[in-house]
Amino acid sequence: MTWDELQPMLLPACWDTLYMVLWSAAIAVVVGLPLGVLLVLTDSGGLLRNTAVNKVVGAIVNVGRSLPFIILMVALIPFTRYVIGTSIGAEAAIVPLAVGAIPFFARLVETAIREVDHGLVEAVQSMGGSTWTVVRKVLLPESLPSLVSGLTTTAVALVGYTAMAGAVGAGGLGDLAIRYGYQRFETNVMLITLVILVVLVTVIQLLGDFTARALARRGKRASGA
Amino acid sequence: MITTTGLRKVYHSRGRETAALDGVDLHVREGEVYGVVGRSGAGKSTLIRCVNMLERPTSGTVEVAGTDLTALAGRSRRANAALRAARSQIGMVFQHFNLLSARTVQDNVELPLEILGVSGQERSRKALELLDLVGLTDKAKAYPAQLSGGQKQRVGIARALAGDPKVLLSDEATSALDPETTRSILQLLRDLNQQLGLTVLLITHEMDVVKAVCDSAALMKGGRVVESGTVTELLATPGSELAQELFPVGGEPSEEGRTVVDLTFHGEAATQPVISQLSRTYNIDISILGAAMETIGGRQIGRMRIELPGRFEENVVPIGFLREKGLQVDVAPVGAAAGRKADSTLVKEAAK
Ligand SMILES: Nc1ncnc2c1ncn2[C@@H]1O[C@H](COP(=O)(O)OP(=O)(O)OP(=O)(O)O)[C@@H](O)[C@H]1O
Ligand SMILES: [Mg+2]
Repeated sequence: MTWDELQPMLLPACWDTLYMVLWSAAIAVVVGLPLGVLLVLTDSGGLLRNTAVNKVVGAIVNVGRSLPFIILMVALIPFTRYVIGTSIGAEAAIVPLAVGAIPFFARLVETAIREVDHGLVEAVQSMGGSTWTVVRKVLLPESLPSLVSGLTTTAVALVGYTAMAGAVGAGGLGDLAIRYGYQRFETNVMLITLVILVVLVTVIQLLGDFTARALARRGKRASGA
Repeated sequence: MITTTGLRKVYHSRGRETAALDGVDLHVREGEVYGVVGRSGAGKSTLIRCVNMLERPTSGTVEVAGTDLTALAGRSRRANAALRAARSQIGMVFQHFNLLSARTVQDNVELPLEILGVSGQERSRKALELLDLVGLTDKAKAYPAQLSGGQKQRVGIARALAGDPKVLLSDEATSALDPETTRSILQLLRDLNQQLGLTVLLITHEMDVVKAVCDSAALMKGGRVVESGTVTELLATPGSELAQELFPVGGEPSEEGRTVVDLTFHGEAATQPVISQLSRTYNIDISILGAAMETIGGRQIGRMRIELPGRFEENVVPIGFLREKGLQVDVAPVGAAAGRKADSTLVKEAAK
């Protein structure tokens, strides 16, 4: 396949991949962040100690984490059809991608928040702060660099998942690589999509690392030394 | 200002029960600096954390500024609005400062005001005023990581004062600081106590801290307060462990059958030549076994251990003379009596 033939397919494929990653990452943040916070708060020794809630949420997250993505995708087809109206295409792929990313991110949020010094929580409680205040003014801002790192890891994993989703007709770079590179032995298509995926992952990682470091430095040595 | 009655706190861990507080009655008067000392594990932190209900007492009551916090808190583990409002009137400073690293110094000081719902402009005015009070105006825009330990604690103190509390709690606020910085932080606490009429309850394991700033002190052991009172009262209590720790005067009698007397001078009496008067009036030889002069809570206090010839019965008159001169006189339990005491503790040790 020549470059002229490939080019018109490449751009939409890139766009599809980005579209799927961004939307599913956004959904993972919106749902996974509160879940991660809830896991910490309801833990024994947490501010909202609640064994039942903790066990249930923990179990859901664990099950979600342990299902291989390819199986999750197939299993969710009826659900996806119900929500989106179809189970094919980038939009439909966002459903299993988000469902897979939510528990993944929730665990990373949990770990990040656990690392916040309990002394800070007590300081805010001693000022008369409520649990909600503690979450808003202490837990989230203080763990922000770790949360950004967690989001980066999630986004990188999602790039991998979109490629897999391509195998079942989600579109995107994975779809291109499988249809042309694998099934039609177009080695150059395979190589180009590979390079683009590597570049994409690298850019996400660098961007995430940079942001996390900038945020962490704010609290360390802001004078630029 | 702060009163605890029959305060108990029992921790359950792995089937074992630890009574961290075992019936503590504490009374801190308005406007005083009150120090609680004791060994590690004595229950000091548990006590101070019970005062603002960060730790819920198992039983007993805590009253701060006339409000019964134990009643306010009710049964629920979570802090209700009433308890939170009461807490905002009690400042707290911590050993490890507990400043938010993602916020500037000024924003840290503003945090309690945010919680109180104070408007932005008013917050920043108040924060800058407090930073001025603790001498950190130029650090308002710095982050905690850029400050020294002493500066961090100043921020911690400014933050604790943001809600205009009547009471300040301090758990080992100077334990992570060097002696020089410790002194300056203690001076700051003393100044705030005098300028703002702030009541301060502080926990420490350093007697020097008590000496430097406290009006009153309590000694804790195994979850109980074993001694308490104003520093002056404590120094006047015969056999007080705190007094001895605060103000050690040592010295053993030169031989059997002599009377050893501990003298404590306050104010006026400190400047009179009492010993030479005593010697001249009764024509007796007096040996000085040990002596020290200290400034405690801003007052000059002297202590001296002297030895008079003859047994106690023969020295009733000279001792009366010393009392008349306004000195506090304790006949020291040294020699035979102390020897017996030492034996009995040895026996106890062996029995374990
Ligand atoms: N959360 C807890 N769970 C179980 N036991 C505890 C807990 N907190 C404190 N204790 C126990 O209660 C006792 C008193 O502890 P506390 O921290 O009040 O001592 P402290 O006088 O402040 O000691 P230090 O000088 O070391 O700070 C100790 O025996 C400690 O092990
Ligand atoms: Mg302690």
